[in-house]
Amino acid sequence: MRDAGAGLSEKTIHYISDVKEDPDWVREFRLRGLKTFLEKPLPTHWASKDLEAIDFDKIRYYLSPGTATKSSWDEVPEDIKRTFERLGIPEQERKFLAGVEAQFDSEAVYSNIKKAVGEQGVIFVGSTEGLKNHPEIFRKWFGKVIPIGDNKFSALNSAVFSGGSFIYVPPGVKVKHPLQAYFRINAENFGQFERTLIIADEGSEVTYMEGCTAPKFNTTTLHSAVVELVALKGAKIQYITVQNWSANVFNLVTKRGLAHENAEVKWIDCNIGSRLTMKYPSVIMKGRKARGEVLSIALANDGQHQDTGAKMIHAADETTSNIISKSISIGKGRATYRGLVHVPKHLKNCKNNTECDALLINATSRTDTYPAITVRGTGNAVQHEASVSQVSAEQIFYMQQRGLTEAQAMSLSVNGFVNDLVRQFPMEYSVELKRLIELEMEGSVG
Amino acid sequence: MRHDSTVLDEAIESGLTNVPRAILSGPAGSGNFPDWFRDQQAAAWKQFQALPNPTRKDQAWRFSNVGLLDLTPFKFGGALPDKERNAILEQSRGLDKVAARLIFAGDQLIERDVVSDQLKKRGVIFQPLERAMVEHRELFRKHFMSQPAILGSAKFAALHQALVSSGTFLYVPRGVEIELPIEIFHWLHGENASVFPHLLLVTDELAKVTVIESFRSLDRQASGFACGVNDLITGPGAKVTYICAQNWGTNVVALQMNTTIVDHDASAMSLNLHLGGKYSRFESLSRLSGEGGRSDLLAISVANGTQEFDARTLQDHVSPHTASDLLYKNALDDRARTTFGGLIRVEPHAHFTDAYQKVRNLLLSDDSEANSMPGLEILADNVRCTHGATSGQVDKDELFYLRTRGIPVSVAQRLIVSGFLNEVIQRLDHEAIADHLRRLVDDKFANG
Repeated sequence: MRDAGAGLSEKTIHYISDVKEDPDWVREFRLRGLKTFLEKPLPTHWASKDLEAIDFDKIRYYLSPGTATKSSWDEVPEDIKRTFERLGIPEQERKFLAGVEAQFDSEAVYSNIKKAVGEQGVIFVGSTEGLKNHPEIFRKWFGKVIPIGDNKFSALNSAVFSGGSFIYVPPGVKVKHPLQAYFRINAENFGQFERTLIIADEGSEVTYMEGCTAPKFNTTTLHSAVVELVALKGAKIQYITVQNWSANVFNLVTKRGLAHENAEVKWIDCNIGSRLTMKYPSVIMKGRKARGEVLSIALANDGQHQDTGAKMIHAADETTSNIISKSISIGKGRATYRGLVHVPKHLKNCKNNTECDALLINATSRTDTYPAITVRGTGNAVQHEASVSQVSAEQIFYMQQRGLTEAQAMSLSVNGFVNDLVRQFPMEYSVELKRLIELEMEGSVG
Repeated sequence: MRHDSTVLDEAIESGLTNVPRAILSGPAGSGNFPDWFRDQQAAAWKQFQALPNPTRKDQAWRFSNVGLLDLTPFKFGGALPDKERNAILEQSRGLDKVAARLIFAGDQLIERDVVSDQLKKRGVIFQPLERAMVEHRELFRKHFMSQPAILGSAKFAALHQALVSSGTFLYVPRGVEIELPIEIFHWLHGENASVFPHLLLVTDELAKVTVIESFRSLDRQASGFACGVNDLITGPGAKVTYICAQNWGTNVVALQMNTTIVDHDASAMSLNLHLGGKYSRFESLSRLSGEGGRSDLLAISVANGTQEFDARTLQDHVSPHTASDLLYKNALDDRARTTFGGLIRVEPHAHFTDAYQKVRNLLLSDDSEANSMPGLEILADNVRCTHGATSGQVDKDELFYLRTRGIPVSVAQRLIVSGFLNEVIQRLDHEAIADHLRRLVDDKFANG
């Protein structure tokens, strides 16, 4: 096993670059990332003070299994299989998952599906391979949607990234199977810094799904990914995340899509795990009639803070965006929606719709909503609505009367709250999600 | 109502001198204020100097044009020539019927119509600050500047306290209902002048009162600075209505900090009409501290030219079974900007809260900009909280409908905007005040 040791310095960067045999420009990019990361303060003037609990010197920034890419289900580690089982992923689905581009520690391990999509001319590789073998495609967009200095954690990722997917879909190609990745943190004090870049060329369509889990360790770990999406003219990208890190993980992720003319970027984001998640998937609608959408579900239980949201930057006429966010706070959990909608001047016929609904389960639960909306000029319509409520006592009573336990009734009611959003998820994810919610609801009442 | 100019002579001399002083030179230290008051001023001045200037990076000042807050040119104090005094008195026309009236020019009380003997006999106190702090020391001290400014302007609240030299103290005792509104005018006069308007309203149990404060400039073009505080302390079951009609001149930078404390079963309603100023920031905090309390927060901004209006609000639900309802409407033309930053906070244990917050922006030009930050922080359950923010323009169908009836497009647009704003004014449920406010809005539309 290769290991960069704990702590972060130029030495760490050179170690990673050496092991990964980075081209010089990538090494430069990493060093700039490190410099920016060290310069930028923690954003605690608006974000949770809990960020201060991260001890950057104790984190290991690179870890590679050093083994060859795995290709069969039998070789998948037992505990990952158990996680699949717990999530109730159907047998067939599990086999399909054996073909996923999965991240084992920092490196991608599975690649069966590559063959199927490869025939359509789709490039589906790990980030290292992408930068090395296809620089003519990836260099153009790499670090362009999310520049190094976007925020402290995008800078950190730029310095130490490893793993993640690079996908290029050629013009007109509609990828039938969703491309999948599965990420897992399995070493104590280890940070996971995958970097994903998806480019959908003109008129193409692709769906990407990622799931994340981590076994529970005693110390905190850090996950800080950067995901850049580029939808060229008329292309469609759908990016689905089900995040279920264990409750000691700081999950600080920057995700942004660039939608050109008539293109569509849709983020479906579901956050169930982690200690603190800060993630605000964004869409920059750069071309006329571009569309952006974020559907977000967050579930915060004891000791968790889900600080999630969305950003919609309208940068061309007739662009439309939609944000639907639902959060559930259980026990002492805290769910926060933070949003930004920006319609600069001289744009015409831009529309944004934002809906945030929060459900509070216990008296100690907490929820916040902090949107920021800027609209300039006439000819645009922006609306934001948010509500906070709790499970109706009458509903629970009604269900108990029909023989359900209080916990069952509660779980049903909560599933009902998110149902219209969950239905928009692909089948296997919606089933999985419902199970996850049921698991989380265990013991929250009575 | 009794016109009583002799009272002026009794008024304790304020700290103002006849020679204007630069704001940044601090309190004059003269005047006949009690020692405790002067000590507080000195302490506040130190605090003002110690606190950093706001920057846009502060969440409380996000989107705000903090560059306009340069206080170097501004002076306070100075003499009021008779000619100006007369012009101000002449122009201090507000409501036809009022229970009492105070007129301040450059923080000097220049006219005073006191409350009726009957109200006086029942214990109503309506006095300029400098008198109240002496004659009703305990009551005054208990409440004066007792509410920290937590919505971003702590530095300017300190400045206010350091330099305040007059203002209004109104106390309405238990069970007393004052039917007619009480009217207060604050005028800015002269170039680079500044004022520090103050209102402290304390009501006891079941009292009822309506206060309207008007803020104006004698010379509409003169540069000026206003930094006001108004604290409304509402006793159990009391009913307080407060109206601010802000119409400073076009080159005035204004800050106003309000705290409203709503005791159990009390109800407070405030309406802030913002028409004037180059930059006008208004902070409004409503704290629901007793069960059954209710607070209505209303505001209208009519912004044109390069005007900037910046509203920050907090609906702070501390006690269970309380309600609050905020409705802010902005009409923006030319290159105007508005910012709304509002928060509903439901503290732990404040169950059964009912809280609403709605901001609506009507953009009338391509260069106008509306920023909305409606926020929620909910730390209790069994609550009903919603907020909404919309930004849009005049409905084309409505405009078309009016034009088919022969109404010219400019008039039709004005009608639609008036209708949009009128929804807020109607919530006051007070015809005379509503008419007065509508007139002010119409004047702004007519004169730009």
